[in-house]
Amino acid sequence: MATTAGAIERVVTSRRSSGVWRDAFGRLIRNRLAIVGGIWVILLLFIGIFGPFIAPWHYDQKDNIAFNLAHGRPVPPFTIPNHLFGLDNYGLDTFSKLLDGAQISMSVAFVVQAVVLLIGVPIGAVAGWYGGRVDTYLMRFTDVMYAFPDLLFIILLSVAFRDTDFGRALNGLFLVFVAIGLTSWVTVARLVRGQLLSLRETEFVEAARAIGVSSGKIVTRHLLPNAIGPVIVAVTLGIPTAILAEATLAYLGVGVQPPRASWGKMIAEGVGFIRSAPYLTYLPGIMIATALMSFTFLGDGLRDALDPKLRGKQ
Amino acid sequence: MVTYLIRRVAWLIPVLFVVSVITFGLMHAVPGGPWSGERNVSAGVQQNINNKFRLDIPIQDQYIAWVGDLLHGDLGPTFKYRDRTVNDLVVQGFPITAQLGLMAFILAVALGIPLGIVAALGHNKWPDYLATAISMIGIATPSFVLAILLVITFSVWLNVLPGVGKGWKGPDTWVLPVVALAGYQIAQIARYTRASMLEVTRKDYVRTAQSKGIRERAVVIRHMVRNALIPVVTILGPILAFLVTGSFIIEYFFGIPGIGKYYVLGIQQRDYGLIMAMTVLYAFFVAFLNVIVDVMYAYIDPRIRYS
Repeated sequence: MATTAGAIERVVTSRRSSGVWRDAFGRLIRNRLAIVGGIWVILLLFIGIFGPFIAPWHYDQKDNIAFNLAHGRPVPPFTIPNHLFGLDNYGLDTFSKLLDGAQISMSVAFVVQAVVLLIGVPIGAVAGWYGGRVDTYLMRFTDVMYAFPDLLFIILLSVAFRDTDFGRALNGLFLVFVAIGLTSWVTVARLVRGQLLSLRETEFVEAARAIGVSSGKIVTRHLLPNAIGPVIVAVTLGIPTAILAEATLAYLGVGVQPPRASWGKMIAEGVGFIRSAPYLTYLPGIMIATALMSFTFLGDGLRDALDPKLRGKQ
Repeated sequence: MVTYLIRRVAWLIPVLFVVSVITFGLMHAVPGGPWSGERNVSAGVQQNINNKFRLDIPIQDQYIAWVGDLLHGDLGPTFKYRDRTVNDLVVQGFPITAQLGLMAFILAVALGIPLGIVAALGHNKWPDYLATAISMIGIATPSFVLAILLVITFSVWLNVLPGVGKGWKGPDTWVLPVVALAGYQIAQIARYTRASMLEVTRKDYVRTAQSKGIRERAVVIRHMVRNALIPVVTILGPILAFLVTGSFIIEYFFGIPGIGKYYVLGIQQRDYGLIMAMTVLYAFFVAFLNVIVDVMYAYIDPRIRYS
């Protein structure tokens, strides 16, 4: 008798604990756009990690023979052997440059979100759990940050630290991570705070407190796992914003420094050839647009999957 | 309402204070002066330059002097254009930037709202899918990528409109920059309008209006659209702000001589005076526009009472 009750209880609890995520996953894979987005994201990630091994040329290696044959002019895609997407105006392999650009974009996508989580979650958790002065300061600070246009702040940071050792680390990529991360954590902090504010009044928290669980454990074991859905969505939807910010910085010439080949920088260099060699701009342009689109689709799909109530709303 | 307005305007002061301190602090945290790296100058000349740009006094005094000038409407010197001040650049460029931003804003509203309405009325039918596809592409395409695609299509292939570097000389040079700048916002407004319309369609007063036998067109226009547009108005503030501050990329791309182009040149030439002035100017715009929209919102939706 007792064992049957125990077995039933185990079945019920196990279904309940994995059910939310399994249901969400079920809804996600029924969303065709999210799946298309997810596949492209995985492909880009693969390229980002293994790009240097796939790339037929180094992104900084000129093919002088082919370039001289083309009289020192850019070469269109699919016209010569050895260079799938042709050569740019310096005689560099466009395909290999696009691969390096994917690595930059993907590292920005994930490192920036790691920075955002590292700063945003603790601050949001402290503000939401303890309230009081931390909360007031956070809210005042975010009000100010909202008035400061993000992109301008990122540009400002990039310009200010460009000539320091810190700014030159990883060809300027490190500064890009920090600048974008510092401006993006506010949304996650506010989100975590809001979630905790409502969750801390719930009965399971009261129960945990009644049996003497410490504050730190309640926050990390009970509150944060319950708040994680919206945070996942916010982080996924924050990725396209970060990728776009990086591309914009590179386009303006203050992001990743040469010889690294950011998609934004490829566009900036290609604009001068937009008539004679439009492929130098539209190839990286298409890469940026599809990368942004796929993360947006995936993020939208995750939002619908994790919170069906919000379906169709913003 | 009046107290709310006063409070909102008063809140601008600490916001702008923090923005200006951050901007000023960052621009002065830069190692070396604005001229390091340029040709060597004698100590005397360096002294005169420092004196002219007030770099020889303590940093807090520099900040106070800079803010004092700002309050008198003087945005300060640029470090690169020796013969012009930031004020000259703003006076010269602002009308163009404002024209570009406003045209893009009008286009975004004029296309985005109907697109959203059509999508919602044809919910889960082809108009919806078409409108949703357009707005999805619009949201994922950054303005400079859209600009590239527009220039390649209409200027390089079809050869019907001027391409990059033609400046801002008459309507044919306006079309592509305005569309490129408005693209993202058209998509954004369409998405909001669609979601808001779908929300309203389920409301009791719409069903009441329909069951009273009011013509469908009147129900849509008078009952649905009017109520559905209220939440859309809230995003118009951020959108206007985005169009004003985001236009520098488009101005730079097309070579349009607005203030944004000077801002980008300032960034590239490390003109700290110009960057500082432009950042504060942009932040002021954004904060001010948000106040205006919040107040407008209260007028449009009588249910909202600010205390």
